[in-house]
Amino acid sequence: MKSHSTNALIARLFLGLCVCLELPVGLTQSMAPREELLTSSNPVGQSGGHLVVSLRSEPKTLNPVTSVDISSREVIAQMTADLIHINRLSQNIEPALAKSWKVSPDGLRYTIELRRGLRFSDGQPLTVDDVVFSFAVYLDENVHSPQRDSLMVGGKPIAVRRADSGTIVFQLAQPYAAAERLFDSVSILPRHLLEAAYKEGKLAQSWGLTTSALQIAGLGPFRLKEYVAGQYLVLERNPYYWKIDQEKHRLPYLDQITFLFVPNADAEVMRFQAGDTDIINRVSAEDYSLLEKDQAARSFRVYDVGPSLEYNFLFFNLNSVLPAQSDISRKQNWFRQTKFRQAVSLAIDREGINRLVYRGRATPLWTPVTQASSFWVNNSIPHPPRSIEQARKLLESAGFSWSHDGDLTDLSGAGVKFSIITSASNSQRTQMATIIQQDLKELGISVQVVPLEFRSVLDRIFQTHDYDAAVLGLGGGDVDPNSQMNVWLSSGNDHVWDIGETHPATSWEAEIDQLMEKQLSTLKPEARKLLYDRVQQIIATNLPVISLVSPNTLVGAKDQLANFRPAVLDPHTLWNSQELFLSGQRAAGQQ
Amino acid sequence: MKFGRRTALLLAGLGALHLAVLMAGLFSPYDVAQQNRDLPFAPPTRIHFVDAESGIHVRPFVCDFMDRPDSPGEYSENCDKHFPVHFLVNGVRYRMFGLVESDVHLFGVRAPAHIFLMGTDGYGRDVFSRFLYGGQISLFVGILATALSLGLGTLVGSFAGYYGGWFDSVAMRVAELFLALPWLYLLFALRAFIPLSLSANEAFLLLIAVIGAVGWARPARLIRSVVLSSREHQYVRAAQLFGGSDAYILRRHILPDVHGVVLTQAVLLIPQYVLAEVTLSFLGLGVAEPTPSWGNMLSSLQQYYVLASYWWMLVPGLVLIPVFLGYMLLAGETRSNPNAAHT
Repeated sequence: MKSHSTNALIARLFLGLCVCLELPVGLTQSMAPREELLTSSNPVGQSGGHLVVSLRSEPKTLNPVTSVDISSREVIAQMTADLIHINRLSQNIEPALAKSWKVSPDGLRYTIELRRGLRFSDGQPLTVDDVVFSFAVYLDENVHSPQRDSLMVGGKPIAVRRADSGTIVFQLAQPYAAAERLFDSVSILPRHLLEAAYKEGKLAQSWGLTTSALQIAGLGPFRLKEYVAGQYLVLERNPYYWKIDQEKHRLPYLDQITFLFVPNADAEVMRFQAGDTDIINRVSAEDYSLLEKDQAARSFRVYDVGPSLEYNFLFFNLNSVLPAQSDISRKQNWFRQTKFRQAVSLAIDREGINRLVYRGRATPLWTPVTQASSFWVNNSIPHPPRSIEQARKLLESAGFSWSHDGDLTDLSGAGVKFSIITSASNSQRTQMATIIQQDLKELGISVQVVPLEFRSVLDRIFQTHDYDAAVLGLGGGDVDPNSQMNVWLSSGNDHVWDIGETHPATSWEAEIDQLMEKQLSTLKPEARKLLYDRVQQIIATNLPVISLVSPNTLVGAKDQLANFRPAVLDPHTLWNSQELFLSGQRAAGQQ
Repeated sequence: MKFGRRTALLLAGLGALHLAVLMAGLFSPYDVAQQNRDLPFAPPTRIHFVDAESGIHVRPFVCDFMDRPDSPGEYSENCDKHFPVHFLVNGVRYRMFGLVESDVHLFGVRAPAHIFLMGTDGYGRDVFSRFLYGGQISLFVGILATALSLGLGTLVGSFAGYYGGWFDSVAMRVAELFLALPWLYLLFALRAFIPLSLSANEAFLLLIAVIGAVGWARPARLIRSVVLSSREHQYVRAAQLFGGSDAYILRRHILPDVHGVVLTQAVLLIPQYVLAEVTLSFLGLGVAEPTPSWGNMLSSLQQYYVLASYWWMLVPGLVLIPVFLGYMLLAGETRSNPNAAHT
């Protein structure tokens, strides 16, 4: 009897406590405008559950403004949201924090209406001032945000202005094609947490990994719970998230996501195989076939999502090199000849690369644009089959000849020999180079494959220009041609074969510059497509980069993970984490 | 020279392996760089002696590989047609000992069949041929690097021991420094200074130089101690009194005492240096593709899927075990019976 009354007392106390806690929230809610939530069209799922995902390296920071490494960005993407978002599956833009937007007829002014009544993950309301503050931070030169570059249009920062309590105006210096895509992944920051640090000039140092979870807030589906250095990082469900499903349940379904730090890709595969992790991202073709074999027995599934945006290519060093690098400048007499590059391209067995390196889970390429961007790829580019004979004819017409032993020699009688550098940590690229080595041997060209540490490869390509040729991969990011501006513009930082030319070195590079600039300020997609088609054609003819293959995007997930819709765009799997849920026993068992 | 039976057996076994490796051209059916792009990671070819219809065959035969349509990258045998194994067939041209040119191979089968005794690697290259040629690099880097480090060691050790004085102090301090350094990291550091794109021959010589130059310290110290004690012998004193030159005394009286130590050291060092080469090539610092060495053949095992799926890629690693064991036992023999070697 006594115990019963105590229980009742405790229960009453507890109830009272709940009411007390609820009260302030209830009050603010009645005063604040109604929440303008976004209804997701995904199939309705069930709440609860815990997801474990591996990361190949520890994130360096949780600060959206300064993060550059993949791991940091992957975690931050779960904790933050942007105004306009690129749907990773459809590759089209869709409203996010912006409820709607209008573009002025000249294409220079974007008026964005913010969703009302939204809250950060710490419960503080989101206002127009947060948006204005966020853009001020990204565009501040002293903050050195990597996003700043992409928010510069026509050499000038986008001007951001508060119009009224619900609208923001973005003014561009010149028309910019597909400008909506610029807003993707520009995380909106909580002014109430970061303004003090920003004013002290310490924004870049804030939101490190050791920051308390209470000091970090965002608008993403999850928020920070716990970080253990060297082991894992746990995110928990954001109770204030702004998306609901069709039955008006607030998303996300999952209670937690744990990011487990694993040292390398092999460890990642083993952890997934053992059932320690629920999702595996970026599986190599070899590991894919390994996992495919026991997917039935271990209740997971691997997915071949199709061609990715990554294009692997061989290119020659066409930089103007220092007088001390006379050996390279001697070889450049061959590399600079279009016919030489065409002959090399003709001799490469792309199907062989596809079969040996990627187990057939790749697509041979003749243009750097892959089938993943189905709208932008120029399908009229010819796919000449491998032909040693044709390649020999081209070399012959360029003045090359063959010695008695079958070695290729140039006009001066010197043997044609060069080396290809690749990243030692990327076994696929080293394998590609080894196949190319054997292919070119049939032309009498003697190639050496030099696998180097990745940093040293980048250093040689981008800084010292001390290399003959290299195999590299680029891509990722977005399907839109604007994401490739830095590669194709002759002044671009990623103009790999000849970094940062002060003026175009060849007439075709000048034409590419012109076409790329023009597509940037053309607003009609069809007109842009014509211009970009021509760019691809010029590249396919002059071959500054010899495209090889594009690997397919391969991922895996546990059977019971529902609404799992892997996409070609980064981050392939967790892009719709708010919709993911665990169906069946395990989720029920955990509750 | 007189050997015990065990020593003779060990010598014969190791000799046979080295000879096979030296004559790789004859024993290997294919060129080491030839890629069969339709047959990556093909398992070892089965040699048949019996077939269902005609019973036992005197001449063994093999079957062609066939892709298994249900699982790409795996193969089954297509025994519709038999391909007999031929001996002393003509094939790819090669050079033996760098001199004799020939195209005769000990065994082979007619196209389109293949005979891969140890399967193929990820490029469809014959692992058996690569194993033999790889041994040329791995085993002979070991032997030649041993010769180099023993040569250096003998030179420094006998001078330091015989003359003493400042040269002795300096040489021995340097030797201690070398001994104190972890040799693997030292090799890394040395290798990093050297241009990266080297031809196979340059890389071979470089490996010998690097491994041999790092390893001189231990034999030098040993030899110095032997020289120190034999310098005090009565007959050496006598020879000095009679006015024998230093060179004469070293050659005639002192170096013969060093023989046994040098031989034992050699047998101990060779497997160590073979392992050093394998380690360096395994980590990508040795000879470059497509030239094989046991180390770079094993390096594909760094990838989990290879380790998990293709056991025949382990062969070069497995062979190291009997080779090392052979050398170690031989070292035991020479140590327990030091006179066997130099009488």
